[in-house]
Amino acid sequence: MHFQPTEDQEALRAGVRALLAGRYGREELRAAVDGGPVVDRALWRELGTAGFFALRLPESAGGVGLGLAEGVLVFEEAGRALLPGPLVATHLAAGVVPGAAEGTAVVTAGDLDGGLVAYLAEADAVLGAAGPGVPAGEPVRSVDPLTPLHRVAAPGEVAPYRTAGALLTAALQVGSALRTLELAVRHAGEREQFGQPIGAFQAVKHLCAGMLVRAEVARTAVYAAAVTEDAGEVAAAGLLADEAAVLGARDCLQVHGGMGFTWEADVHLHLKRAWVRARQWRTAEQAEELLAAELLAGAGPPGPGDAP
Amino acid sequence: MDLTYTEEEQDFRAALRAWLAKVLPALPPAPSPDDWPGRRAHDAGWQRRLYDAGYAGLHWPVDAGGRGATPTQHLIFLEETERAGAPYVGANFVGLLHAGPTIAAEGSAEQRARWLPPVLRGDEMWCQGFSEPGAGSDLASLRTRAVRDGDAYVVTGSKIWTSHAEVADWCELLVRTDPDAPRHRGISWLALPMDAPGVTVRPLRTLAGSAEFAEVFLDEVRVPLSHRVGAENDGWRVTMVTLSFERGTAFVGEVVACRRTLEGLARTARANGRWDDPVLRRRLGRLYGEFGALWRLTQWNVSAAERSGGVPGVGGSVFKLAYSHARQELYEAAAEVLGADSLVLDARWTPDRLSSLSYTIAAGTSQIQRNIVAERILGLPKGR
Repeated sequence: MHFQPTEDQEALRAGVRALLAGRYGREELRAAVDGGPVVDRALWRELGTAGFFALRLPESAGGVGLGLAEGVLVFEEAGRALLPGPLVATHLAAGVVPGAAEGTAVVTAGDLDGGLVAYLAEADAVLGAAGPGVPAGEPVRSVDPLTPLHRVAAPGEVAPYRTAGALLTAALQVGSALRTLELAVRHAGEREQFGQPIGAFQAVKHLCAGMLVRAEVARTAVYAAAVTEDAGEVAAAGLLADEAAVLGARDCLQVHGGMGFTWEADVHLHLKRAWVRARQWRTAEQAEELLAAELLAGAGPPGPGDAP
Repeated sequence: MDLTYTEEEQDFRAALRAWLAKVLPALPPAPSPDDWPGRRAHDAGWQRRLYDAGYAGLHWPVDAGGRGATPTQHLIFLEETERAGAPYVGANFVGLLHAGPTIAAEGSAEQRARWLPPVLRGDEMWCQGFSEPGAGSDLASLRTRAVRDGDAYVVTGSKIWTSHAEVADWCELLVRTDPDAPRHRGISWLALPMDAPGVTVRPLRTLAGSAEFAEVFLDEVRVPLSHRVGAENDGWRVTMVTLSFERGTAFVGEVVACRRTLEGLARTARANGRWDDPVLRRRLGRLYGEFGALWRLTQWNVSAAERSGGVPGVGGSVFKLAYSHARQELYEAAAEVLGADSLVLDARWTPDRLSSLSYTIAAGTSQIQRNIVAERILGLPKGR
């Protein structure tokens, strides 16, 4: 059993991290927040060229021919960089919607409840939509400045994509959780109060340690689910990753103190994106019900060790 | 990343499974929790069967009498024995998982030959004399002192939370041999014979109502100098070797057991109608997912240790933090499943609910574990 990334997998991850660090650093992020284009079409094509969207498409169909294990590693990096855009939907559309694999098309999906669709105005197609093109929608103000939302009458059918979509979204959440942990640890080591770095105080240390524990458990769950592709493991990975990302961002905000509550600190962007992702593909309630059903099915008939 | 097992590992699993199927039905029933001599005999008997079958000290080095198994084989062993309902390591816990590995790593040839074979055969039991009334989480502040007198140390002080002290033959004892040295530097590791004159054991009743632990009083107990493992005043480093073993592997079998408990909770909830409560049902579903993830974290840590070829590291603190809290949540959910019946002291899962309260305290409190994670993994500054 070698449940660790191979050298090739580590190299792939490092490549995506380097690409995103060079093309989507803090300046690009803040420019998008300040009214720049949310989806950078040129970067989208670069990602396509690097194989980000065609990663799991068979080589015979022009893809890279890798699997979900590699998929979660590169999506973790995208989550860490807080890269906006319908990354998961376009990845799932590779081989289905023309141009998705190459990154020349931006494809979104009706993966949110209540008829909300993200990035509708930026998209060339909607995965699982009834007809071709992009349906009309009513714009609503989104909590996340980098996830514009529209309300659509018939957002399409995404059930066939739900499991993979939930897992890749969980990988984005893990990347975000690890990034907010980094931001918190860096701030705790630099910011001084009462004559010493605040990271020397147990109250702050324990917040950071809790962030790491949640992120590491979630990360392992995501990797394992990518290897087994088991429906229950995917559901559990989603639950743990959502929790790691949302609570991690909240704790990071707390570590930043008053500064964390400002628009200038990036942590609110991580938190708001984590809220959006937690509602995509599968909610916590749906994941828990799925796991409960699996538990009951596996539990079998009453046994001698049960309570009377 | 791969979760498949090699052919060799699969063969190992199959042979172990076949052996368990053969030996377990012939095993005498487990004695009651209060029957300490009975528990010792039971645990020793199981250890002897493991020894005769070649499974004793599976993960110990070959030159210490073990089988030198890989971490993955050890993981398979813990998983299969728990699945089959084999006895827990029990009273042999300290010898097999703490004192034994420490002596194997740090002891002289004579010490290894004297103490290791009886642990593997189940002939001698060990207990752990680390904590003191004034030195729990702050272990390095321990005060039990050992003064040289000829060829022996004269030891005076007291220890607390000493599991299995009533039936142990030996105690891995931490003592202060240099009161003037910086506090981590004046500590030594001794093997204390529990029948030595001056050793008094008093059972300690826990909130679970049972006498799982004891207090040990040491009144001018003579311990030969030859019973010191490692150099004088180097006991802290020796102890850290022990603790890394504890945190690395101690709870592996229990994760498997918790998943079985969840299945029992699901069956019970379906039978008594509480499964229809969506809040409880979803809570059990989430716990099922969490324990599945904890099992994967175990495999992750084991394969990381295998890759680095080393002793389990601080990753064990991450696991212990997540696990000890999840275990408490599990038994809170069990109480929800039972309803008012959970108030009956001998109800299924109520003793486990009580004992689960120790998990965030024993073997390093959650607060200490968070300090370890923050300082050693995240690199945050030491402080208050």
